Amino acid sequence: MLETAATRDTTSSPEGEHRWTAKDLLDTDVLTRADIDLILETAEAMAEVRARPIGKVATLRGMTVVTLFYEQSTRTRASFEVAAKALGADVVNLSASGSSVEKGESLVDTVRTLEAIGADLVVMRHGRSGAPYLAARNTRAGIINGGDGTHAHPTQALLDLYTMRRRIGPLAGKKVVIVGDVRHSRVARSNIWTLLAEGADVVLCGPATLLPHTLAGIGEAGSCTVTTSLDSAIEGAHVVMALRIQKERQESGLIPSMREYITGYQVNARRLAAAAPHAFVMHPGPMNEGVEIAPDVAHGLASVVEEQVANGVAVRMAILYLLATARSI
Amino acid sequence: MKADTGTLIRGGRVIDAGTGIDGRVDILIRDGYVAGVGPNLAAEGAEIVDASRSIASAGFVDLHAHLREPGFEQKGTIASETEAALRGGFTTVCAMPNTSPPPDSATQVEALTERILRDARVRVFPIGCVTKRREGRALAELAELAAAGCVAFSDDGSPVADGRLMRHALELAAALGLPLSEHSDDPVLNANGVMHEGRISERLGLQGQPAAAEITAIARNLALCEATGGRLHIAHISTARGVELIADGKRRGLHVTCEVTPSHLFLTEDSVFGRGPSPAYDTNARVNPPLRTESDRRALLAGVNAGVIDAIATDHAPHATEDKLCEFDDAAPGISCIETALGTVMTLVARGELDLVAALRALTLGPAAAFRLEGRVPGIGSLADGAPGDVVVIDPAVRWAVDPAQFASKGKNTPLSGQELTGAVRAVVVGGRLAFERGVVHA
Amino acid sequence: MSGEPHLGPDEIGRTVRRLAHEIVENNRGTGGLVLVGLLSRGVPLATRLAAAIEEFEGTAIPVGSLDIGLYRDDVTRRKAPPSLRPSSLPGIDGATVVLVDDVLFTGRSIRAAMDALVDFGRPARVRLAVLIDRGHRELPIRPDFVGKNIPTALVQSVRVHLRELDGEDAVYVYGEEASHA
Repeated sequence: MLETAATRDTTSSPEGEHRWTAKDLLDTDVLTRADIDLILETAEAMAEVRARPIGKVATLRGMTVVTLFYEQSTRTRASFEVAAKALGADVVNLSASGSSVEKGESLVDTVRTLEAIGADLVVMRHGRSGAPYLAARNTRAGIINGGDGTHAHPTQALLDLYTMRRRIGPLAGKKVVIVGDVRHSRVARSNIWTLLAEGADVVLCGPATLLPHTLAGIGEAGSCTVTTSLDSAIEGAHVVMALRIQKERQESGLIPSMREYITGYQVNARRLAAAAPHAFVMHPGPMNEGVEIAPDVAHGLASVVEEQVANGVAVRMAILYLLATARSI
Repeated sequence: MKADTGTLIRGGRVIDAGTGIDGRVDILIRDGYVAGVGPNLAAEGAEIVDASRSIASAGFVDLHAHLREPGFEQKGTIASETEAALRGGFTTVCAMPNTSPPPDSATQVEALTERILRDARVRVFPIGCVTKRREGRALAELAELAAAGCVAFSDDGSPVADGRLMRHALELAAALGLPLSEHSDDPVLNANGVMHEGRISERLGLQGQPAAAEITAIARNLALCEATGGRLHIAHISTARGVELIADGKRRGLHVTCEVTPSHLFLTEDSVFGRGPSPAYDTNARVNPPLRTESDRRALLAGVNAGVIDAIATDHAPHATEDKLCEFDDAAPGISCIETALGTVMTLVARGELDLVAALRALTLGPAAAFRLEGRVPGIGSLADGAPGDVVVIDPAVRWAVDPAQFASKGKNTPLSGQELTGAVRAVVVGGRLAFERGVVHA
Repeated sequence: MSGEPHLGPDEIGRTVRRLAHEIVENNRGTGGLVLVGLLSRGVPLATRLAAAIEEFEGTAIPVGSLDIGLYRDDVTRRKAPPSLRPSSLPGIDGATVVLVDDVLFTGRSIRAAMDALVDFGRPARVRLAVLIDRGHRELPIRPDFVGKNIPTALVQSVRVHLRELDGEDAVYVYGEEASHA
């Protein structure tokens, strides 16, 4: 199922460098190693731009980036807006409330309208899995998936990977534990694809009712295993990624109580002691401190959460840049 | 008006479960009824339909189609959907009652019958509701519905979830001699599910409909069938275990029959993902019950081949474009398949997955017997003398690609767009009259 | 198509040393000099120039690298640009920045480089040193220090190979020369 390089267009420039050719970024499952490396290298250049006194360039001047968020989000939307503006693009923010979206305009009509008014790229977040795919099929504008239902969150996975590689280099053979409500996590899914592409050993951990059934063992490189024991998962782990556990899961009977979850699955200092030396802790945010992650760990030396957020702007700049420049080919 | 000189379907390989015929013979139809089947029949003045390189069968009988009228004419009308049925080789269609208003009283059935007489291109039998307004709360007046001409009862689209209501319905229907065609699923287990719960639903982040929802419902229905002596017909079966349960029920002498759709014989959950590297979230593959796994599909094929599954019934469900051009969770379930049914069946035969004789039986005699239609129209679904002059001529070798824009149905919602199929309807005779010929329009 | 190089390693070495002297002479010494190479091949050239200057002047000159990908004027138009890399510049406020590139052609890269420099600070002055000038300027850009002038036809191309990146030092000219009417 993880079909990658064979079906992707890998035209290269005369210098033999890999190019980005896709109109959209909907998930990380179709990215080749070359695609991922291109995104991360470009992100490095963007990070350098951000570090300058004037952290902006005018490269995408004249382009319009629309953020179309059907689901609430402060950090992801703000991150994209900063990224687009840092490249000199014009940004329009649309949200589900107070726009024609609420009046029942269909998604297809909405994206077609956006295209007609000049949107070049649309960053979309939607509560229904698959919505960005529908949008992408029905508009010439480039669609960047900012999160769809429980399916995918490619930009998060890419900034997570960027963060990991900056800290520990290539991930081949490294053990990465993802703990929490993996079954309903779009962050987990997109991370699984990138980590497998990198040849990492992914361990998915959580209560049985919150684990996927069919994702173990997939991928051409690396490995993906599933376990309900965090103690065994965290042993020797190089990276521990904690996922947000939502109250709704308890309300719908998937976990008996938050207390039981905390006892079994909270990422805390005691458990981290069994991880590899210099292991670090990641979280896509926002954190429920005291639930999936102990407060001292959330703000401790091992936590790279703030780095993730900072890296998010650079990675999103890279993605906007690559999609925008591919549009003229 | 001149005397009917008849129609001769000449030289086809006639396969008819009703009479046991399988051979190259002619079919003669006079005055709208089968007058004889045999080699080199003489028929002066008869219209000749050349079936020399074809298969000839009794016209197909569909136990399950959604004609959408009254109430949903933007999705389909009796006129458009029976034209589609005709082109699919179906000369008899049973209309499911999830219309608006639904036929839950004699008045509604009479109004529906008027429309049918006025607009239908093929024979249409109405199916009446089990419960008032299909709400699943109170039984409809079943005896009235039967007297008005309903051939079966169903709340299709929904199950009769209340076990006690289902039990009473089976008892009453049994007394009327009519089957209850039940959409078997457990709505609580299936809550919010939009496709088969399994590998693909997990991959796509879509809520799943577990096989257990259908299996538990079938088990419940079989137990009630046994307790009441009623006639139970399981609609659109989709699980391997469901087929096993029905086989077991039949072995034990229960009055149970069942049907499977051509879509479930041909496709699996992979159709939702599509063929590309990126998921398609193909809403055209959204249907209830959902397309399931390859092992379920194989069990369904085996069920048809073994005769455990009595009928191939299309569950033809046309939808308007906007009902499918939306997010998967919001898409209306259903496949417009009455025009691709025969093509998919013949392709499965060509691949060696379906037995030709068993498949044709499941399209003709099987369904007619399941709903005991021969009591209303003697010989229906067969080519016995006196049977209605409904014949379908099939070209088993023609290769064609599905193009929904060419459908007569208003519903272009098929996951088979572009799919190459082997085998197609070449001609259809209805009541002795050549009503459809591939590539030719008949009034 | 490669054939004989137009310039070989010895000539390139001599040219670099001459350029280094010219830069120092023009600047009346090494004060305030910063050499900024345009990625990719401007960078090893800038490094070599700095090494040569240090050799005969005894002073180390700061060297930086500049990626102009984000400043090109054709970015959202035609060809996809090569991958971006981070720039790395020492302080340039008040400095005499010498931009260094391998081939000067239309001048658009240099325009982009000047735009980029502005984002890093405010040099006192900006000079341009190129190994090869092949003509066909599309913008009013003039080099201050030129290694070699090689007049070319538009259909030709000039490629500089440097051992740091390409394993050899050579300048190649490809393609047919224009026939003279």
